[in-house]
Amino acid sequence: MSKLVQGYEVVIGFETHAQLSTKSKIFSRASVAFGAEPNTQACAVDMALPGTLPVMNIGAVERAIEFGLAINAHIAERSIFARKNYFYPDLPKGYQISQFEIPVVQGGEVSFFLEEGQETVRKTVRLERAHLEEDAGKSLHEDFIGQSGIDLNRAGTPLLEIVTQPDMRSSDEAVAYAKELHKIVTWIGICDGNMQEGSFRCDANVSVRKPGGELGTRREIKNLNSSKCAGRLTRSKTATRSNKPPCCSTPTRARPAPCAPKKTPPTTATFLTRTCPRW
Amino acid sequence: MNSLHDMTVAELAQALKTKQVSAVEVATGFLARLGGNPHNAFLDIDSEVTLAQAQASDARLAAGTAGPLEGVPVGHKDVFVTRDFATTAGSKILTGYRSPFDATLVQKLGASALGGAGMVTLGKLNCDEFAMGSANENSAFGKVTNPWDTARVPGGSSGGSAAAVAARLTPAATGTDTGGSIRQPASFCGITGIKPTYGRASRYGMIAYASSLDQGGPMARTAKDCALLLSAMCGPDLDRDSTSLDVPAEDFTASLNGSIEGLRIGVPKEFFGEGLHADVRAALDAALSEYEKLGAKLVPISLPRTELSIPVYYIIAPAEASSNLSRFDGVKFGHRAKDYTDLVDMYKKTRAEGFGNEVKRRIMTGAYVLSHGYYDAYYLQAQKIRRMIADDFQNAFKSCDVIAGPVAPSVAWKLGENAGDPVADYLADIFTLPASLAGLPGMSLPAGFGAHGMPVGMQLIGNYFQEAQLLNAAHRLQQATDWHLRKPEGI
Repeated sequence: MSKLVQGYEVVIGFETHAQLSTKSKIFSRASVAFGAEPNTQACAVDMALPGTLPVMNIGAVERAIEFGLAINAHIAERSIFARKNYFYPDLPKGYQISQFEIPVVQGGEVSFFLEEGQETVRKTVRLERAHLEEDAGKSLHEDFIGQSGIDLNRAGTPLLEIVTQPDMRSSDEAVAYAKELHKIVTWIGICDGNMQEGSFRCDANVSVRKPGGELGTRREIKNLNSSKCAGRLTRSKTATRSNKPPCCSTPTRARPAPCAPKKTPPTTATFLTRTCPRW
Repeated sequence: MNSLHDMTVAELAQALKTKQVSAVEVATGFLARLGGNPHNAFLDIDSEVTLAQAQASDARLAAGTAGPLEGVPVGHKDVFVTRDFATTAGSKILTGYRSPFDATLVQKLGASALGGAGMVTLGKLNCDEFAMGSANENSAFGKVTNPWDTARVPGGSSGGSAAAVAARLTPAATGTDTGGSIRQPASFCGITGIKPTYGRASRYGMIAYASSLDQGGPMARTAKDCALLLSAMCGPDLDRDSTSLDVPAEDFTASLNGSIEGLRIGVPKEFFGEGLHADVRAALDAALSEYEKLGAKLVPISLPRTELSIPVYYIIAPAEASSNLSRFDGVKFGHRAKDYTDLVDMYKKTRAEGFGNEVKRRIMTGAYVLSHGYYDAYYLQAQKIRRMIADDFQNAFKSCDVIAGPVAPSVAWKLGENAGDPVADYLADIFTLPASLAGLPGMSLPAGFGAHGMPVGMQLIGNYFQEAQLLNAAHRLQQATDWHLRKPEGI
C-alpha cells in the first residue's frame, strides 16, 4: 500500500554503485586500496597515457556474476562494454568504460520484510540490470587556491551499478531495499559496503503521480551515502517536491554535467572471460 | 660486402653474426646518413641512445647471447611510444611527450636482454598526424618527400617509414596500417610492407587512431626482411591488449622458399575497373604474368562491395578516432593552451591549437556519426556493411588462396596536388580499405614502374593468419624479378 501525500503517491527507483572487492582496478593492475596519497595508485592505463589499453580484470566479472546469482537474475553469456564520452578533468580518457547494451546481469529481484502498521509484509523490488563500469578520479577543489587538483587513485575502480525498476512507493521501502541490498553484497562478499569510503553509493530516482496514473517526471538525487540520509531525503522529496536535497548537501561524489553533446556509446567490445587475466 | 646501407636486414644480421662488422659500425654508418634529415623522414634522432644500444648489441654478439636480429638498425613510426625517444604521432598536441614505457612491438624488436630481437633503434619516423592521411602531408612537423621524386608524396600515413627505407636511411622500419597506411606508402616508395591479421601483433603502445582497425607491421625492402621482422613482432600480448589474439608467434622465414606451383591467385574484377590508371594496370599485368610463369593460376573473383568500403571506413575510423583522441585535452600531458578563462575554454583552445585540420575534420565527422539520432543511420549501418565486406572475402577465398590487385589507383602524386580536397585522398584508399575492414593480412610489394618512373606496388591479401603464405608468394616473385632491388637515383 502506498501512502498518499496530498493525493499523490511517490515512485522511487534506485541506482546503486557498489565498489567491487577486487584487489586491483577493473582494467589495470593498479591497487584500489582506499586512502593512499593522491595519484600513487594510478598506473599508465589509469592515467590514459598514449598507447595504453584496458584489459578486463576477471575478478570484477566474477563478482558481478555472483551478485546476479544471488538475486536470481539472468547472467549474460556474452556481455558488451561501451564508452560513455564526456570531457572532465578527472575522467582521463575522455570516456568512461561502462555497459550499455547487454549488461552482465539482467533482471532479478530483491525481497525484504517491512513493518506496515501491525503487519509484516514481504516486498519485492525488481531489478532492471546490474552492469560493470569503471569509476572516475576525483577533482579536489579545496586544497589549491585558484586551481583544482586531480587525484586519479579512484580512476578505474570497479563498480557494479545496480538499477531497480521504479517499484518502491515509500521512503520506508526505499530504505529497506537499500539495507537489504547492502546486506546481500556484503554477505556474498563482493563489496565491503563501506559507505563512508564510498564503496556503496545510492542514487534515488523519485517521482510523484496520482495513484494508477502515468509515471511522473523523475528527479535524480545523487549520493545518498547513508540509509538514514536516504530515508530523510526521499520523505522530504515526497512532502515538498523540492529540487534541493535537504541533507547530504556536500555530495561525496558530484558527477559533472557533460561538456560534450550526449552521444550513444560509440565503440563496443565483446569480452571473452577466457582471455581475462586475474589481477 | 655491399656498402652497409645497401644491405638488407638478412644480410646485415648475417654480417653482424659473423663479425664482419660491428653493431656500432653499422649504427654509425646509418646515423651518418641521417645528417640533414633527408626527406624529412625522421622526427627524433638521438645518436647517444642509438650508439648505446649498438654497444649493448656488440656485447651480446661477443657473448654469444645475441637475438635473431641483433645489431640491425630499425626506425619506428612515431605512433609507437618509446621511452628513449620523443613520441608525437606527428601532432603538435604531443610536442615533447616522452612515454614512460615502450610499445610492445618496440620491445619485441628491441633489446635482446629484455627478450627482444636485438634491433638498434635509429629514431622515430615522420607520419601523418595520428596516422590520418594518405600522403604524409598532414604531419605537424612537415611533409615527407618521396625518394624517387622529391616533388612527390611518399604516401601515408607511414610515409616517413617508407621514405627512410627507400632512401636507405634504415634497412627496416615499423609502420601502422588502419586503412592502408603500411601498404600504400610501401607501394609509393617501391618497398615491401605487410600488415598482419588484426590482433596478431600487439597494439599496446601504439597510439590509437581507430582501435578496431589499427595494426602494426614491418616495412623493409624485401619480403624476406619483412618475414624476419614480423616473426619477432607477432605473438600474444594478452595481459596488455584485449584484442591480441592467442595465436603463437611463427617463424615466417621457414616457408619463404616453398613452391607456389598451383597457387590460386584471385584477381578481383572490382580492383581493375575504370578508376585504375593504365600505367599501374600495365605494371600489375606484367607482375601477374610473372606469377603465372612461376606456376600460379589466376582466378577471376569478385569483391562486390569494394566501393562501399570508402564510406564505411570513413564512418567507422573517424567515429573511433573521435573517442580515442578525447584524452588529448591539455589536462595530463602534451600541449596546453597558454591563456584561458575556464575549463571549457582551456579544452577548446588546447584542442584547436594542438590538432591539425585533418584530425579536426575526422573528430567532427566521428562525433557527428555517433551523436544521438545518427548512430543507427551511420555507425551501426557501417558496421553491418563491414561484416558483409568481410563475408565477401570469405566467399572469394572459396575459389582462391590469395588475392592480388593494385595497392592504389595511381603512382605517387605530386606534393600539394590534393591540398584542399580531402575526398580525393579518401578515394585513393579504395583498394586497401577492404582488407582493413575485414581484418585480413595484406601486403604491398614492388611490381615495376608506372608513369614518371614511379614505383608501382602490388597488393596481396591473404585469409586470416595466412601471413606465411603471403610472404612466400612475395618472396618467390622477388626471387624471379628485380623490381625490389632498384633504387632511387642518387642513393
